[in-house]
Amino acid sequence: MNTVKLVAVFAENKPGQTARITKILSAAQINIRCITVASSGAYGVMKLLVNNPEQASLALKHEGFAATLMDVVAVEMPDKPGALYAVADCLAQHGVNVENTSGFVANNRAILVIEAHDVAKACQVLEAEKMHVLSQAETLAI
Amino acid sequence: MFWDESIESLERTELEQLQLHCLQETTRRVAARVPFYRDKFAELGIAPGSIRSLADVRRLPFTTTADLRATYPAGMLAVPMDEALRLHTSSGTTGKPKAIFFSREDVNNAAELCARSFVMTGVTKKDVFQNMMTYGLFTGALVTHYGAEKVGCLVIPAGSGNSERQLMLMQDFRTTFVHLTPSYALYLADFLEKRGVQPRRHLALRKAFVGAEPYTEETRVKIEEGLGVDVYNSYGLSEMNGPGVAFECERKNGMHLWEDHFLLEIINPQTGEPVPDGESGELVLTTLCREAMPLLRYRTRDITSVIPEPCECGRTHRRLNRITGRSDDMLIVRGVNIYPQQIERVLMGARGIGRNYQIRLEGLDEMTVSVELAEAGFDGQVEHLVTLQGQIAEKLRAEILVKPRVELVPPATLPVNEGKARRVIDNRKL
Repeated sequence: MNTVKLVAVFAENKPGQTARITKILSAAQINIRCITVASSGAYGVMKLLVNNPEQASLALKHEGFAATLMDVVAVEMPDKPGALYAVADCLAQHGVNVENTSGFVANNRAILVIEAHDVAKACQVLEAEKMHVLSQAETLAI
Repeated sequence: MFWDESIESLERTELEQLQLHCLQETTRRVAARVPFYRDKFAELGIAPGSIRSLADVRRLPFTTTADLRATYPAGMLAVPMDEALRLHTSSGTTGKPKAIFFSREDVNNAAELCARSFVMTGVTKKDVFQNMMTYGLFTGALVTHYGAEKVGCLVIPAGSGNSERQLMLMQDFRTTFVHLTPSYALYLADFLEKRGVQPRRHLALRKAFVGAEPYTEETRVKIEEGLGVDVYNSYGLSEMNGPGVAFECERKNGMHLWEDHFLLEIINPQTGEPVPDGESGELVLTTLCREAMPLLRYRTRDITSVIPEPCECGRTHRRLNRITGRSDDMLIVRGVNIYPQQIERVLMGARGIGRNYQIRLEGLDEMTVSVELAEAGFDGQVEHLVTLQGQIAEKLRAEILVKPRVELVPPATLPVNEGKARRVIDNRKL
């Protein structure tokens, strides 16, 4: 099963937090490929796709942050209209509920990062539809 | 195990005779030597020789914190200054502290009571005692220090804080028991966890005497798990020598108050009248053996109750229930009386959050409870955090009848006071 690890870190919603987190990652020589922030009032969760998630998580924990690793699905789509629909439709057909989703385009390749309650099933149904589910290494090589 | 079995299990009738004798002595002495009491007695028309039974204690005047401040520095001294051997002060949050003098005999007695308190949990001279209370004017460290030396333990006067060094000392000298505040105990437990130290496997630690701040049964369980020890609830106050007033025996079911040294009453703090045995009220203590600074009916402001039934351990000295709060810690929020310990009880029983917390009161009765997210409980989902917040707020509402705002903060971001934690910040403009 091809899944990708995201680093999730809990942070207070106040000035300087993103700077603190990225400074720690910078010092640990971590390269960030993609970042999302979900905030809820006084705090938020930052999720990062990085070149070395284990090391990133350790570095953050070492500095006192609550950090964890999450398994998500990264699927490559053609960079054209209807591509996202195809992915969403496939998941819907199989009853996979999508939690948080983000996407990015790099080097003319469109990648959708999907958090699902049942990651294994999401992965399996997308692969069954011949969609390109990326491994950690493939995602980072983009 | 007993340190002094004959006195610790003295028949109640004999114990009460002894108490009466000491009470009569103390009353006579303060009337003769302490102007504060001489004046009070005159005012109330009390003849010092008129105390004929223990119940007569109710005729004597109370002594309050305000009285100790008003007579600062040496107005309560009952011996010539050159008989005083040691001075401690009790933390004053504002203004002058309270000065507490000890004679040579008082220093010895305080140590004796601590020795009894340690030995009744199974401590022997083979034990190694690392004292994590603050050394200095505060009674917490020195009094237990002398007590453990009396037992013959190796005493490491580590003082509070500097967890790195505490760990080194515990490892290098195979510390078997410690004395510390509940807030520092929780902090230390977190510290050990972060360092990957499993206390039961890597340390020789067996017991912790935890006191100086009120805490809950839930906190006891957290400390026992986090430090891998048996926690013994320990009660004392500087005005009554400091630690060693009432400690738990190995049954861990209530604290034996050393009644040959202190006469105990539980009163209704509003009326000053005694409450029936077993009912909760303010603890009032009269010193029975103190030379340098005897105190009559001192209002401790600590809320507790007496366990009248005898203890299985064989000691005849009655037990106090855990202190549930200080009468002056009580908060009134939106007309509801709240003790910080009620909030603590809820938080310590909740999953997904850490052990440190802070209560803030702002504006017009707005209450915010800040708790630290536990690293183990974090799965990256904001939704789960929102749910957690809501659950804690609801549990708090059920306990204190006021729904506070619950704030989740990252681990180890709330201030940890390594002495006495300041849990409540009241910035209300009422």
